[in-house]
Amino acid sequence: MLADKDRIFTNLYGFQPWGLEHAMKRGDWAGTKELLARGQDTIIQQVKDSGLRGRGGAGFSTGTKWSFMPKESKDGRPSFLVVNADESEPGSCKDREIIRHDPHKLIEGALIAGYAMRARAAYIYIRGEYIREAEVLFAAVEEAYAKGFIGKNACGSGYDFDVFVHRGGGAYICGEETAMIESLEGKKGQPRLKPPFPAGAGLYGCPTTVNNVESIAVVPTILRRGPEWFAGFGRPNNLGTKLFQISGHVNKPCVVEDAMSVPFRELIETHCGGIRGGWDNLLAVIPGGSSVPLVPAHQIIDAPMDFDGLRDLKSGLGTAAVIVMDKSTDIVRAIARLSYFYKHESCGQCTPCREGTGWMWRVMERLVTGDAEPSEIDLLLEVTTQVEGHTICALGDAAAWPIQGLIRHFRPEIEARIAKRRGFAVVPELPQAAE
Amino acid sequence: MPKVTVDGIEVEVPAGATVMQACEAAGKEIPRFCYHERLSIAGNCRMCLVQVSPGPPKPQASCALPASEGQTILTDSPMVKKAREGVMEFLLINHPLDCPICDQGGECDLQDQAMAYGRGGSRFDENKRAVTEKNMGPLIKTVMTRCIHCTRCVRFTEEVAGTNEIGALYRGENMQITSFLEQAVSSELSGNVIDLCPVGALTSKPTAFHYRPWELKRNDGIDVMDAVGASITVHSRTAEVIRVTPRLNDDVNEEWVADTGRFAVDGLKERRLDRPWVRVNGELKPASWGQAFEAVKKALAGVDAGEVAALAGDLAAVEDLVAAKDLLTGLGVTRLESRTDGAAYEGPAAHWRFNTGIAALETADLILLVGCDPKLDAPLVNSRILKAVRRKGAQVFRIGAGTEPAYPITDLGNDLALLAKLPADLAEKLAKAERPALLIGSRNASAEVLAAAHALAGQFVKDGWNGFNILHTAAARVGALTTGWVGEGLDALAHNPPKLLFLLGVDEVALAPFGGATKIYIGSHGDRGAAVADIILPGAAWAEKPGTWVNMEGRVQRSLRATFPPGEAREDWTIFRALADVLGIKLGYDNLDQLRARMAAEWPELGREGLTPAAWEAAKLKAGKPAGPSKPRATDFYSSNPILRASPTMRACVAEILEGRVPQLEAAE
Repeated sequence: MLADKDRIFTNLYGFQPWGLEHAMKRGDWAGTKELLARGQDTIIQQVKDSGLRGRGGAGFSTGTKWSFMPKESKDGRPSFLVVNADESEPGSCKDREIIRHDPHKLIEGALIAGYAMRARAAYIYIRGEYIREAEVLFAAVEEAYAKGFIGKNACGSGYDFDVFVHRGGGAYICGEETAMIESLEGKKGQPRLKPPFPAGAGLYGCPTTVNNVESIAVVPTILRRGPEWFAGFGRPNNLGTKLFQISGHVNKPCVVEDAMSVPFRELIETHCGGIRGGWDNLLAVIPGGSSVPLVPAHQIIDAPMDFDGLRDLKSGLGTAAVIVMDKSTDIVRAIARLSYFYKHESCGQCTPCREGTGWMWRVMERLVTGDAEPSEIDLLLEVTTQVEGHTICALGDAAAWPIQGLIRHFRPEIEARIAKRRGFAVVPELPQAAE
Repeated sequence: MPKVTVDGIEVEVPAGATVMQACEAAGKEIPRFCYHERLSIAGNCRMCLVQVSPGPPKPQASCALPASEGQTILTDSPMVKKAREGVMEFLLINHPLDCPICDQGGECDLQDQAMAYGRGGSRFDENKRAVTEKNMGPLIKTVMTRCIHCTRCVRFTEEVAGTNEIGALYRGENMQITSFLEQAVSSELSGNVIDLCPVGALTSKPTAFHYRPWELKRNDGIDVMDAVGASITVHSRTAEVIRVTPRLNDDVNEEWVADTGRFAVDGLKERRLDRPWVRVNGELKPASWGQAFEAVKKALAGVDAGEVAALAGDLAAVEDLVAAKDLLTGLGVTRLESRTDGAAYEGPAAHWRFNTGIAALETADLILLVGCDPKLDAPLVNSRILKAVRRKGAQVFRIGAGTEPAYPITDLGNDLALLAKLPADLAEKLAKAERPALLIGSRNASAEVLAAAHALAGQFVKDGWNGFNILHTAAARVGALTTGWVGEGLDALAHNPPKLLFLLGVDEVALAPFGGATKIYIGSHGDRGAAVADIILPGAAWAEKPGTWVNMEGRVQRSLRATFPPGEAREDWTIFRALADVLGIKLGYDNLDQLRARMAAEWPELGREGLTPAAWEAAKLKAGKPAGPSKPRATDFYSSNPILRASPTMRACVAEILEGRVPQLEAAE
């Protein structure tokens, strides 16, 4: 269990006020000028050394991502940092806690990250439904401007840096980095083709890096306490601390900061008071938010909660939004609900996702009641592979994976429903000799 | 110059080429829907997926992926085949598959590619999506259930037409393509979205359910509804022109055509002059050709050659003009005039041509519009200006009034005097500009304006760049000027009216000053000219005769005959040939080839298709001071010639697009 002294987010639960005065008491904005004085390349190198991987789901090395930004503008275009606070993934709720209880960690992080990547300004794109959180963020940015921490000559460092807060309109797809850029530009939120990557041509055609709120908010603490401290947690390649968001059938659902690679059992026992009805009642877990495949109980219980450990289980850490389901769950219905979500949130730009998500959802709805042919399970699986990897952005993959996970682990359950509906037991289809 | 390997074939492609272009260079066909080489890349249909290594282990959209050195591309691997089948299946699951009642049937990309790249059957067992029809005006019929959301139409209106009228609503499978608030699409180029639509979602409304593409006979033609001279294909069935589609011509129209050229073909069937008429006691009476010719002979007998004049209209082919001129010259008539809009240009060809060239206008860096409105006068020139502004950052200035174009424009004021004394900042920019272009509207090319323009010519005409342009609106004008239809000018003619006036399809001129003259009208439509004529000789419209047309650049182009003129109407040049016999004049040609040989002998540039550059000569004009507001267009965009005025489709455009009268549906009785 992570010691209290090692927590980055010291006001995660809002026991203290979020305001600047209290944030400074907690250590935010302390010596920011000196942190900046380390120089851009040093900051990027220290973030690389800390092993910080992007907290938004893909898990790409944050320092490496920053190093893709141009060192100097050859044609006069400015660079931008976009902070992705469009936290819409079902199950995820960590950015909300950061923004409403500890917004200055994010703003300070935005300044340091923006300085390191030589950005002119940061745009924080906050989810439209986060109304109170946005109010806090607006107020916190005001406070930071008033103190001179951002704006002209930010923190007395001689560097000019603006922070803008932009509220989204409530579309899940705007959490995709290029769709977010489109949306910021005032266009319909649809992902762009890559290449060109945002680091080459992003917001308004200028070099842009899009980072998750958590990735940005942990940076000041990493720099203050040193990359070695941060790298002291977790397994190699999965370093640091992480906000886990445990929801579902646990006794005490919570958002909690813990070391990476903490075993699932320890995570649940320590922070959530165990599974509802005991460990034998655990059915399956979606370990990283709605877009990763579920993992059945026996596989997840002793698995380390990190990028590589969950990838080995053919799932993923995602945003570490752990959705726990006990045996009272209608697992097919649960996944069908996720399919509806992806059908509803597909932007409609490219063919496989636009057409495929609706098809998959409709078949899933029938599988819930068993109103289907047994062959449709394979058909559904094939449709998911026709969507996966054929789309512009990752929403197609995200729509396909939960279904693939369901069929991989719960095929007998689906077959049983079809059989029950038809009133007889399913005879496994035997291979037939070729004629 | 990256080298890539496509299915084992090594090809070298230009830097910046896409994987799709590399595949095409290797002779491989890549199916596509959203990709169009004249529009930006959307990459959304996912039909062009290919396997590329090095790269992620999934198929890549070849239209958007840059080709890079050492790539190995597979276009027919099992992965690619499966990907194409998958995408095609997705495209078809919500497509109504109503090909038998779809106007796109037979020329449908989805139909063709489903045959080539799709699976045999459907595995989709759910209900299909249906989408309500959208109103896009009198020209575009929508069946949006067929839409595959390729967004070609959206990109066209944004990038080429510049009007941003078509867009997508909603998201996911509920995404719908529609015009802004379901208003009629107002762009002058709107019909092109019908060609762009790869399926039957956007089809031609006027010809809905009229034809199947394989029933049509195709002939090459030239659009004569404006002076751009867009290359078109005329589709006809039996004696009827059914539709017009653009033909590829990068120098002129790329692959677009204006709505007037595309949809006005139903005007060829309305208000036609199909027999000669002679006015007897103030009333037009039907006559035979013989009677009409006798009437002409009688009318000519009473007047001196000096009291005879002829005006060339806007729709006369060069053959007609030459035959008429030969006949009139034989009679000793010299008062020939084609500048019926009052323009005063004359002299060397460079003084009345669009010298910059339509395609080269894209490269201009400063454009000064004087008394013209390219959006209505020549929509395809306007789209080139849009390109110059968007891609090269050209600045556009305007003296005069006009519609609000899609590009930013600096209005200097509606006072032609500004041309003689340009504002200081413009003069400064002009001095710095490398490729400035001056566009003078033909109707405002008065002697004073031209004098002021020629005084500025030194600024616009440089080595390798001629920025002096007359923006014509009449398809016949440059051909008439080339063949010497330049006389004393319309005003002088009206001042000293002739006793006998030949009108070659003249319908745009106020003929009141010539009230005392006997008027002989040779033309195709019963319009303003025919209404006041004393003798009417029915001619052929543009689609009914092989003709030579010279566009505003001076580009000589030939069109073929698609159908025959109605009733007793004849090709115009044969009328003059027959009249020559009646009047006892020898023209020296009996067929079209001989006539064309005679044309080529005097004007060699008319002997071959294409552009013969005109050398610039400094003009020796008397200094004049232009003043006052510019002359506006005489008509709206949809009414500028007799064919357009006769066309029911164009009338519907006026009612719906210009006047905003939305037709009310009535219940069937």
